[in-house]
Amino acid sequence: MNHEIVIGLEIHSELRTRSKVFCGCANEYGAEPNTRTCPVCLGMPGTLPVLNRQAVDFAVKAGLAMNCTISGFSKMDRKNYFYPDMCKAYQISQFDLPFCRDGYVDIEVDGQTKRIGIERIHLEEDAGKLNHDPYAQGSLVDYNRCGVPLIEIVSRPDMRSPEEARLFMEAVKEILEYTGVSDCKMQEGSLRADVNLSLRPFGQEKLGTRTEMKNLNSLRAVQRAAVTEAERQEALITAGKTITQETRRWDDNKGESFSMRSKEEAMDYRYFPEPDLVPVVMDEGWLARIRESIPELPQARRAKYVQEMGIPAYDAGLLTGTIQIADLFEQAAMTCGNPKSASNWIMGEILRQMKEQEGDSLDPGIDGIRLGSIIGLVERGEITQASGKKLLEAVMGTDADPVVLVERMNLRIQRDEGAVIDAVVLVMKNNPQAIADFQAGKGKAVGFLMGQAMGLLKGKADPGQVKSVLEAKLKEFDGGAS
Amino acid sequence: MKELHELPVHELAGLLADRKIGAREVAQAHLDRIALLQQDVNCYISITPEVALGQADAAQKRMDGGDAGPLTGIPMAFKDNMCTKGVQTSCASRMLEGFVPPYNATVVSTLQKAGTVMLGKLNMDEFAMGSTNENSYFGPVRNPWNLERVSGGSSGGSAAAVAAGLAPFALGSDTGGSIRLPASFCGVVGMKPTYGAVSRFGLVAFASSLDQIGPLASNVRDCAWVLDAIMGHDPMDSTSAPVKHESCTAELDAGVKGMSFGLAREYFGEGLNGDIRKAVMKAVQVLEAQGAVSGECSVPAAEFGISAYYLLSSAEASANLARYDGIRFGHRSADATDMKELYRLTRGEGFGREVKTRILLGTYALSSGYHDALYVKALKVRRMIHDDFIRAFETHDILVSPVSPTTAFRLGEKTADPLQMYLGDVYTVAVNLAGLPALVVPCGLDSDGMPIGVQLIGKPFSEKKLLQAGQAIEQALGRFVSPMAAGTGSTANPVGQCGKTEEEVRA
Ligand SMILES: [Zn+2]
Repeated sequence: MNHEIVIGLEIHSELRTRSKVFCGCANEYGAEPNTRTCPVCLGMPGTLPVLNRQAVDFAVKAGLAMNCTISGFSKMDRKNYFYPDMCKAYQISQFDLPFCRDGYVDIEVDGQTKRIGIERIHLEEDAGKLNHDPYAQGSLVDYNRCGVPLIEIVSRPDMRSPEEARLFMEAVKEILEYTGVSDCKMQEGSLRADVNLSLRPFGQEKLGTRTEMKNLNSLRAVQRAAVTEAERQEALITAGKTITQETRRWDDNKGESFSMRSKEEAMDYRYFPEPDLVPVVMDEGWLARIRESIPELPQARRAKYVQEMGIPAYDAGLLTGTIQIADLFEQAAMTCGNPKSASNWIMGEILRQMKEQEGDSLDPGIDGIRLGSIIGLVERGEITQASGKKLLEAVMGTDADPVVLVERMNLRIQRDEGAVIDAVVLVMKNNPQAIADFQAGKGKAVGFLMGQAMGLLKGKADPGQVKSVLEAKLKEFDGGAS
Repeated sequence: MKELHELPVHELAGLLADRKIGAREVAQAHLDRIALLQQDVNCYISITPEVALGQADAAQKRMDGGDAGPLTGIPMAFKDNMCTKGVQTSCASRMLEGFVPPYNATVVSTLQKAGTVMLGKLNMDEFAMGSTNENSYFGPVRNPWNLERVSGGSSGGSAAAVAAGLAPFALGSDTGGSIRLPASFCGVVGMKPTYGAVSRFGLVAFASSLDQIGPLASNVRDCAWVLDAIMGHDPMDSTSAPVKHESCTAELDAGVKGMSFGLAREYFGEGLNGDIRKAVMKAVQVLEAQGAVSGECSVPAAEFGISAYYLLSSAEASANLARYDGIRFGHRSADATDMKELYRLTRGEGFGREVKTRILLGTYALSSGYHDALYVKALKVRRMIHDDFIRAFETHDILVSPVSPTTAFRLGEKTADPLQMYLGDVYTVAVNLAGLPALVVPCGLDSDGMPIGVQLIGKPFSEKKLLQAGQAIEQALGRFVSPMAAGTGSTANPVGQCGKTEEEVRA
């Protein structure tokens, strides 16, 4: 690359409200076509929109989580264009007074923190979906998605590589998920991005001519499309050609993009204030309630885990993968008093089990208090590690109390020294070959005998205690023989 | 004894309550009369006898059960831009011919709950765009005072139906004068309420920030009754005002003693017909005679009202009417082979000339490069007009003005010159731009015997006071009854005959 890459993103995210943004229809993915519609979201004559307050809350929540300034006075506008997926032939969006502006999101690039500016976040409605059916005559429209609330997050052109673009998208996704504003299911189209990219000579202030790549629906696609587009533009410049300002469509299967329309064909959306809705005036009380509902964000949590809890950076990354796991971890760590053990249990047991399960459920199957109390039982030597796992398995997916269950399952460690001695003696008597091996200096034999004794004690004995008794008896045996 | 169609709503209500007549009898009398006169007046687009008789029987049952309100059993009709579940709502357009909404407008369900009886849906200018009701896909409405004259628009069907005795009251909508102008042309009372006083849910939008539903009736008291029923907050309409409205009927006869009436200089300037000036001044004298005071005032920005109004209303209309694309409802061109052609042909075939003109004007006004010079500037004018009115209301309770520079003219007389036609709205549009309530009450006849109305403009939510003033005028000048309504209802009535006031009829 002989030029500096300049990237800005426009990220669209569907909001996880119960109902659509201007009517009472359920906001849910995957229903039979046109079954989540009503006269309002179908734009039938005479119907009027009513703004969903939850959608406003979510848009503002996302803005606050991305360090934006929130407008005390906002309004909705009409963006006019004809397309069959847009029932009213205008989209209710926000033009000059968006809910949020001038924020930022920090990303980690090569161990360095880099700040990416957010120009604005505004609320709008999603469109329906056109299904081009090769067997039917023409296209079919599904309006279920029409009127689903959407926020558009517009970054500043602050990214300098396709990797940074991906990292920014990741960071935004994480924040949206943590705040509960969106489920960010990219395969369902609930999070998608447009990539604006231009090149300029290193050291030049002025931005080059940019292209806009529409509707990228995976993190990988964002990075790949940016790489490909940067290369395409570089090749054009090298060949002495000029870049055309245009909108392009990315074909993820082919790994190429195609021109959709040039600047000359750009649409005139004829924005004007939506007269069917009144301006939104946000007072301090409303804003404070939203602010209070924002949980601690992943970046801050990672720093806390590493610096205050002594968790390795990589592990901290895994533990903050979702807010469910991060909350589980923090609660478990607090309950058992040992963050490292909590981390080990979550990464070793919980994440493994969640991965084995089909589907994309974010529910870890247990809360942090009960997980912490299981870890505590193990940590304090009241049950063995193996019993701990058994206990966890029994508790998962239920609301059983492990402290009660530990008694019912009879998992508490046997500290009766007589029973341990009896078991050790019996094991030694039944395994003369192992004794012989031991005497021949084969250390493995001790482990074998340990296992046998633990088995005999049904795993409930304290392994340390078994080991010391076994070692003493072996010594005795050794001494007795000589 | 007067015939049923000659009785005002409040008298019909009394007879119904006293069991002197039955709801079905009242409904049937009106249906019979509509069958007789519809062809002459053309005020109805749909006539719904089954609905009417069904609702009449239901109303009778309610009255018999002691569960009746003031409007229970009263026949009425809706302008055909208010959605009626199961009944065609065409907006007088080919585009919506055959469109049957699966929902009711809020005013429709409100009146249904009140027990009114729907006679049918009323003719109008296509999508409420027009001042004469000549822009209807279903043909023009004729003025019951003279069938060769226009009814005024766009609620021409509503005004004519009331004036002809084909509905005791009607609902119309007013975006730039569409209730007041036809009320004035047809000699009936019409009120354009404060923006936000009546829900717009289910009113097919023309210009959302200006549209307002209101009543037309033969007298002031009936308007007050209807307003009491339909004004109120509606959660389905975000622009409806969350206020508790005062009763319009309770102190209707309180009089105008001490009220101050302003005569805006700008509304009495050049181009105002002399008969109209005289009739309006007569109304002012009547008010003064009852203890009111009057004085000159000024609404300087009003002169830009027409330009601002046509830019803003057309801009909003260009978006509001974009949804008629042939895909989900309404007309769909049979000849289209691809998507763009489907849009082009559907809209080309479905919309009439005036509607297309306004869509083009509005699209232009919002286009990049013209947006600031046209749309934004018009918004500024709107603000100025609003402020001018508020200033005028610092010294006056109510402003008095003519409704239109002329009385009802002949059909076809102005269709060739749309600009001339637009100027007819000069006294009415500012009220919509400022969101104010305004009442039109008949106050005289011109030398051709055509009715003249006076416009009373009030502060926001001062409907009650406007009606008190209107009542004072009506009490003094009497009602103006069209020859068609005053007679036996035969079309043999000589066209153009001077109408008579109630006193004259009694005499
Ligand atoms: Zn809906």
